[in-house]
Amino acid sequence: MSTTDDAFTEQRHGALTALSDLFWRRPKLLVLLLLAPPLLWLGVIYVGALLALLLQSFYAIDEFTGLVDYDVLTLKTYRELFNPANLDIIIRTVLMATTVTLASAIIAFPIAYMAARYARGKWKAMFYLAVMLPLWSSYLVKIYAWKLILAKEGILNWLFAQLHLTGLLEAYLGLPVVGGGSLSISYTGTFLVFVYVWMPFMILPTQAALERVPVNLTDASSDLGATPWQTFRHVTFPLALPGIIAGSIFTFSLTLGDYIIPQIIGSSRLFIGQAVYAHQGTAGNIPLAAAFSVVPIVIMGLYLWMAQRKGAFDAL
Amino acid sequence: MKSILRTGTALSIAVLFSGQVMAQEMLQALGAGEGQVSIVAWAGYIERGETDPAYDWVTSFEADTGCKVSVKTAATSDEMVALMNEGGFDLVTASGDASLRLIAGDRVQPINTALIPSWSTIDERLQNAPWHTVDGVHYGTPYVWGANVLMYNTEVFGDTPPTSWNVVFEEMTLPDGQSNKGRVQAYDGPIYVADAALYLMKHQPELGITDPYELNEDQYKAALDLLRVQRTLVGRYWHDAFIQMDDFTNEGVVASSSWPFQVNVLKAGGAPVASTFPEEGITGWADTTMLHVDSPNPNCAYMWMEHSLSPKVQGDVSAWFGTVPSVPAACTGNELLGDAGCATNGYENFDKIKFWRTPTAQCSTGECVPYYRWVSDYVGVIGGR
Repeated sequence: MSTTDDAFTEQRHGALTALSDLFWRRPKLLVLLLLAPPLLWLGVIYVGALLALLLQSFYAIDEFTGLVDYDVLTLKTYRELFNPANLDIIIRTVLMATTVTLASAIIAFPIAYMAARYARGKWKAMFYLAVMLPLWSSYLVKIYAWKLILAKEGILNWLFAQLHLTGLLEAYLGLPVVGGGSLSISYTGTFLVFVYVWMPFMILPTQAALERVPVNLTDASSDLGATPWQTFRHVTFPLALPGIIAGSIFTFSLTLGDYIIPQIIGSSRLFIGQAVYAHQGTAGNIPLAAAFSVVPIVIMGLYLWMAQRKGAFDAL
Repeated sequence: MKSILRTGTALSIAVLFSGQVMAQEMLQALGAGEGQVSIVAWAGYIERGETDPAYDWVTSFEADTGCKVSVKTAATSDEMVALMNEGGFDLVTASGDASLRLIAGDRVQPINTALIPSWSTIDERLQNAPWHTVDGVHYGTPYVWGANVLMYNTEVFGDTPPTSWNVVFEEMTLPDGQSNKGRVQAYDGPIYVADAALYLMKHQPELGITDPYELNEDQYKAALDLLRVQRTLVGRYWHDAFIQMDDFTNEGVVASSSWPFQVNVLKAGGAPVASTFPEEGITGWADTTMLHVDSPNPNCAYMWMEHSLSPKVQGDVSAWFGTVPSVPAACTGNELLGDAGCATNGYENFDKIKFWRTPTAQCSTGECVPYYRWVSDYVGVIGGR
């Protein structure tokens, strides 16, 4: 009797064995242990930093000494955030992000459609290469290159002159808001460079969504007598929409946070990123910088919430 | 969290006051070199011939003293202050808007000028400069200084250089018959408010501005109003030296406040530009080599300070960066700088220059507008408010 018992209950010794037994008995413990480091990372580094930032924005700078007053929590900094000059910055940035996103979506769609439906084999590889290629070179080099292209004595102006269209360009630059001294000193220039730099982030998710649209659905649509436009309007576009929205999350948030492009190309009017940079530097106005950085977080929160309702995350 | 912050503030205030007592402790005698020295410096300030073999003032120092030099470059005064607060460095080349902060924060130690034989060769105008001397105690050796000159296009202005900053502040017709609108630039930093104040010192004496870094509410408001007029003339403000050079060559900009560095580089490239010192005076910067309070290699650091004052080094740095040497002897006989170099970079105009300082709330006239407001209001002005 005792010999059979020994056969079943194998001799177990040592701490490791005990540990392994413990995990076997309580599987949830193992899961918790494995998840702890990434959760801590996310909690402390991500959420913790965000909360510290949020806390900073509830302090205010003392008007007289210029030092941050850490004794009182106040909404004074947020009131300051909504004074006309700062409100201008927020509105300017959001409008720019919106137009950049819309333009990117309109330009990216035909490219993505072409790649998803017609490019095969070698051409598909070529497509990926062409879309990704701009991402391989330095971001700064691209922006400086664009500055030269858009400059008053740059290649684009030369081209307009060759085509005898300088008058047209000047008429355009004479327009309020979008115009300026030259293309590189106008919102139009900033807009063009934003669209160029973020384009791959719009094309790729749109293409992924379009590839998932079943061809038999579009075939069925035309079989039932729909014109190509109707097929696009009622079948292709709604099915590709989650992909476009996913892309727009990238273009929108990247434009919202960028502070280098508007510094090099544009009329020196600040965008949110630049405002944060300016206030946290020598000024030591950390509360206002923190309040400014809360703005994109709130806007993106709303945006993601709406995007999620449209099913954008299924296309990622 | 709050209590930690409060303790931190209390501690830093305590440190601030105890600094007065500690100010007496300076090195009394030089020992042997420790074999190394680390310096926080502006890019291009400490060259060992890696960019251009002709510009090398480190190799000979290392050979002579056996002190290996390591350089940590910083891009802004804030970075310099942060690095010095962190510690682990021996020296820093601090500008006027950082040096006093470092002294007040007790991050740097007083210098025993008796241990620096070349101290007596320093330009007398700099020996007791207020950005490194507090209560008669010296906190570093002057390195080099420079000016924010008015750069202009010689094809537009011809043989008569502009004599006033009004070409960048007020709408006018330039000598080539066209308006200056869209063809001038201003510096994209809040410290530029001081340039506007300097202009008003001369043109609106009734405001009573005595120091462009100490402005009361009325004076400050007038300066901002002037800058709002300027906004209508400026297409893009300059921030990066290389972008400004590009704007002068490709963007049709013909006049702007600038550094001698850009003027020299553009001239070397054959561009039709020159610089001038307008009658209102100009702003500028002066850098000081300062010694960290806990410097691990004080002997090598003293040796570097001595080396940095040699005419050869002073002249070479000035040629490289478009600055003016702190040692007048460097102005003659330096191959790289040339005999006209000092005059070009502003040697004679020391008295015309108002050196950069951080505006603070407490000032000699009572209460002034502090720097953080310069920042937020300059942002507003550029945004068209």
